[in-house]
Amino acid sequence: MTDSFPSALTGPSSKERKYDRQLRLWAASGQQALEESRVLLVNSDGPIDKQKTTVSGVVGVETLKNLVLPGIGGFTIVDPASVTESDLGVNFFLEEQSLGKSRAEETCRLLKELNPDVEGTFSTTPIAELLQDTKFLPAFRLVLVSGPVKCSSLDLLCNASRELGIPVLYTHSVGFYSTFSLQLPAEFPIVETHPDPETTQDLRLANPWPELLEAGARVRDLDTLDDHQHGHVPYVLLLLHYLEQWKETHEGNVPSNYKEKTEFREMVRAGARTNNPEGGEENFDEAVAAVLKSLNPFSLRSNIREVFEMEECQKLRADSASFWVIASAVNAFYQMHRVLPLPGSLPDMKAQSADYISLQNIYKSKARKDLEEVTETVRRIEGSFGAKRSPIPEKEIEVFCKNAAHIKLIRGRNIPRIDRDVTVQSSVRMALGIPESLAPISIAFQILDAVVDQLQETGSTVASIDDNETWDKQTQRIIGVLKAEDPEYVDEEVEEQIKNATQELRRTKAGELHNISSLTGGLVAQEALKVLTRQYVPLDNTCIFDGVKSRSEMHRL
Amino acid sequence: MSTATVDSSVRWKHLYGVLSTPGPFSDEDWVPGPETITALESSKILVIGAGGLGCEILKNLALSGFKDIHVIDMDTIDISNLNRQFLFRQADIGKPKAEVAAAFVEKRVKGVKITPYVGKIQDKDEDYYMQFKIVVCGLDSIEARRWINSTLIGMVDPEDPESLKPLIDGGTEGFKGQARVILPTLSSCIECQLDMHAPRPAVPLCTIATIPRQPQHCIEWAHQIAWQEHRKDEPFDSDNMDHTSWIYQQALERAKKFHIHGVTFQMTQGVVKNIIPAIASTNAVIAAATTSEALKIVTSCNPYLENYMMYAGEEGVYTYTFEAEKKPDCPVCGNLARTLSVDPDSTLEAFIESLGERAEAQLKKPSMRTEEKTLYQRFPPQLEEQTRSNLKLKLRDLIEDGQEIAVSDPAYIIDFRFRLVFNK
Repeated sequence: MTDSFPSALTGPSSKERKYDRQLRLWAASGQQALEESRVLLVNSDGPIDKQKTTVSGVVGVETLKNLVLPGIGGFTIVDPASVTESDLGVNFFLEEQSLGKSRAEETCRLLKELNPDVEGTFSTTPIAELLQDTKFLPAFRLVLVSGPVKCSSLDLLCNASRELGIPVLYTHSVGFYSTFSLQLPAEFPIVETHPDPETTQDLRLANPWPELLEAGARVRDLDTLDDHQHGHVPYVLLLLHYLEQWKETHEGNVPSNYKEKTEFREMVRAGARTNNPEGGEENFDEAVAAVLKSLNPFSLRSNIREVFEMEECQKLRADSASFWVIASAVNAFYQMHRVLPLPGSLPDMKAQSADYISLQNIYKSKARKDLEEVTETVRRIEGSFGAKRSPIPEKEIEVFCKNAAHIKLIRGRNIPRIDRDVTVQSSVRMALGIPESLAPISIAFQILDAVVDQLQETGSTVASIDDNETWDKQTQRIIGVLKAEDPEYVDEEVEEQIKNATQELRRTKAGELHNISSLTGGLVAQEALKVLTRQYVPLDNTCIFDGVKSRSEMHRL
Repeated sequence: MSTATVDSSVRWKHLYGVLSTPGPFSDEDWVPGPETITALESSKILVIGAGGLGCEILKNLALSGFKDIHVIDMDTIDISNLNRQFLFRQADIGKPKAEVAAAFVEKRVKGVKITPYVGKIQDKDEDYYMQFKIVVCGLDSIEARRWINSTLIGMVDPEDPESLKPLIDGGTEGFKGQARVILPTLSSCIECQLDMHAPRPAVPLCTIATIPRQPQHCIEWAHQIAWQEHRKDEPFDSDNMDHTSWIYQQALERAKKFHIHGVTFQMTQGVVKNIIPAIASTNAVIAAATTSEALKIVTSCNPYLENYMMYAGEEGVYTYTFEAEKKPDCPVCGNLARTLSVDPDSTLEAFIESLGERAEAQLKKPSMRTEEKTLYQRFPPQLEEQTRSNLKLKLRDLIEDGQEIAVSDPAYIIDFRFRLVFNK
C-alpha cells in the first residue's frame, strides 16, 4: 500500500501548512465543509431612529473575520449604511479613506485581504428587497444578523431560512453586554461531537464478543509468568481474566453495583506483584483504575435512543437524508444485538508492543465486522427505494458507526421573541428565579428590540433611540408581559435587575464597544464553525454575555 | 484627512458614553468624564506576545482608546500563523511579528502609537517594566508567564502604589481558553495557579525505547533516540522541514517494524514541535476578555474580573468565572515553602527529573541546596562536578524528612522553596 507509507519528500501542501493549527481540530472533512460554505451577513437594515442612528455591525464584521481566516468559501455583506466618523472609532475593518463610502463595500474589501482563498461580495440593498429574489437566499449555508433589525425584516429572513433549512445567528452587542441566538433547522443531527476520549471509552468488558473473550481466556495462569511478562499483560486482558474468576463465584454475573465493583477492584489489586523495586505493577494500577468506569454493561444513551425513536428514523422515505438511513440501519443493528456497533479504538496501556497490537486488532476487526453489517443494511434500504437513491459513501457510514454512542440531535428553535411566544416567557421567568441569572440582560435586549420596533412604527414622532419615555414604556410593557401569567416571578428585586441592565445598555446609547463586540464575534464564529463543519456541539439556543462581570450563560428559549 | 480634524467626541462616542456616564455597577465614588478619558489615553500599556492573542489584543486596545502601547515578541511570522494572526499576510512571512503588528494597527487606527520590541522579555529590566500602567500577556509559553509574573511581584514596593502593575493574562488551546487578572502580591498569581495548568504527562522512556504501541511512540523514538544515534552533531531544529522529514521517515520505519499504523507527517510535526491547536475565534474571545479588563482597570467604568474566567466552546458556550485563591505556600508571592511529597528511596537524579513534570513545580533545569549544603548545582562546571556524585544518592541519605530546600532554575530569577516530606 503506497498511501500508508508515503515518501518523506511529500511534505504538507502550503494550504495544509496555513491551516495546520485548525486541521488538528476538525480535520480535512471539516475544512472541506467550511470551504463549501457561503455565509450571509446582514449587518444593518437602515437607520433605527430619526437621527439616523445605525447599528454599527462591528460584531458582524468581527464574526466574519473569524470565519474568513479559517477559510470559508465565501461571504456576502448586506449593509445599506455609509461609513460615519463614529464607525471608525469602533470598527477595525474600515480606514480613514472609508468615510462616507459604502460600509458594505469597505468592510468587504478589508476582510478579503485576510485570506485570498475566500471570495467576498457585498450589497447595499436592504435585505427585505434582496429576499424578493427567491434565488438569493439558497446560495448560503448560514445567515448572520447584527441586531437590532426591523421586526418585519427579521421575520422575513428567519422564515425563509427555516423553510430552506439554513441556520440563522441573530446577535446583539451593546455596551458591556451581548447576546445571540441560534435558529437551527427543525432537526439538526451531529455525528462528530468530539466527546472527551478519556471519559468515553467503550471496551465492552461486560459484553465481550467471542474473540475478545478468547483473548482473555489465553491469560490463564498468571502465576507462571515471569516478572517481566506479568508486568506487561494489558490491563484489558487482566480485567477479563479476573472477571471470569469473579463470574465463577457469582452465578455468571459481572460486578454490578458499587460494593461489588469495589470488592472486585480489591481482587484485582491483590493480584499485583509488590516484591519488586517499584513496589507494584503499572498494568495492575491501570486495571484497578479502570474498574469503576469500564465494567458497566452496555446501555443505550438517551441521545441516541431519541434519534432511534424519531419518526424520521422509523419511517424512511426515498428522499430521507443519509443520516436517517444510517441511523435506521444502526437501530436495526441495535435491535438485533442490543449493543451499538463497536467504535474499535483502544486506549494506550502498559503492554508489550506485539500483545498490544494484537489486542488492538481484535477491537479493530470487530469494529470492521459491525460496520460491514450496518453497511449491508444501508444498502438493503437503498435498494428498497430502487434507483431513487445514490449510495451513501462508505466513509460516512464508518464515521457514524465510530461515533454512534455520542451522536446528538438538536431540535431547532426560533429566534426567541419574548412578547410573542409564551414558551419563551415561561423559560425566561424560570431563569429569573435562579440567583445571579443573566436573564435580566436578555430581557433588556428584548426591551431594546421593542424600542426599535416602536421607533419604526409609521407615525412615530420619537426622534432618538435614547428617548427616556419610550424606554420606560417598553420596559413596563415587557415586565407586564412577564407578570401577566404569574406576577410572583418578577418581584421588586428582579424588576430592579432588569432596570439596571437597561441602564447599563443605555450608557452607549445602544452603541457597541469594540472589546465586547470582538469577544462576541469570537463566540458567534465558534458556533458558526460548529454549524458549518457539523462537528462539536452548537449552542441550543441562546447565549448571554455579561462583560461587567465577565460571565456567560446559556438559555434554551 | 489629518488627525487634527478628527472630532474625538464623535469618533469615540460609544466609548466616551461609558466613560462619561455612571452605570449601575460602577463605583459610587467614580468620577466619569474628561478626567477618566485622559487617564485612559495617557496610560502606557505593555502587550507581551504579538501572536494569535497579541494581534487581537493590539487591535482591541487601540479601539478601546489606549494611545501609548508597547509590544514585545521575539518571533518571526510563519505560514501556519496566517489562519488566525490577522495582522499578517503571505508577504510578511519571515518578518518580526512585533514590528509588522505594530505598524499595521498604527496605520489602521489613527492617533495610536505602538512601540515594538523584537526580542525576549528577559532582555528587559525592572526599569523598563516600571514605566507601564498595566501588562497584558498573550503567550503560549508557561515559562515566559512565570518569568513576568515573578518579575512584577518582585517590583512591588508597598510604599509606592505605582509600583504595582496589574498583570492580565490570556491563554488558549483549541476551543478552550482562560483570562485572569493578577494584582501582584495582592491576589492569586500565575505561580499560585500553576497546578491548574499541568503539563501533559511524558511517555516513559522505556516505552519509547523498547515497547512502542502508538504512532506517537515511534515519533518520539526517532526524535529522542534515532537522531542522537545518527545525527548527534547537528542540533535538531523542528522548524527545518528536512529535519522533520527525516524524523518522519525514521518513525515510519519503526512503526512498520512493530506493525503500528497512523504515523503521518502532520502528527510528526505535532509531536516534535509540541503543537497546540489554535483558531481565530477562541483567540478573539480570550484576547477581548483581557482587554476588556484592562479598560475597566484603567478607567474604573465597571468592576474588573476577580480573578479568573475559563472558557470552553466544544459544547455550546461555557464559561466559569471564579476567584482563584492566593496560596500562602506559593514560591513567588507566598512566604511558606511549598510541600512536595517524595519517595525517600528515589535518587536525587530521579527527583530532579520529576520536578520537570510535577504540576506544582514544572522546573526543567533545577539546581538545589539545603540551608547547609549544595545538593546539586549545574553551573559553574567545577561545582557541577563536585555535586554530581550526589545524583546517585537516595534522598533519605541527603536530607531529613520535612527539610526545606531552595531550588533555582535558569529560566527564573527567583528561588523556589520546597519542603520535602517523605512518603510513608
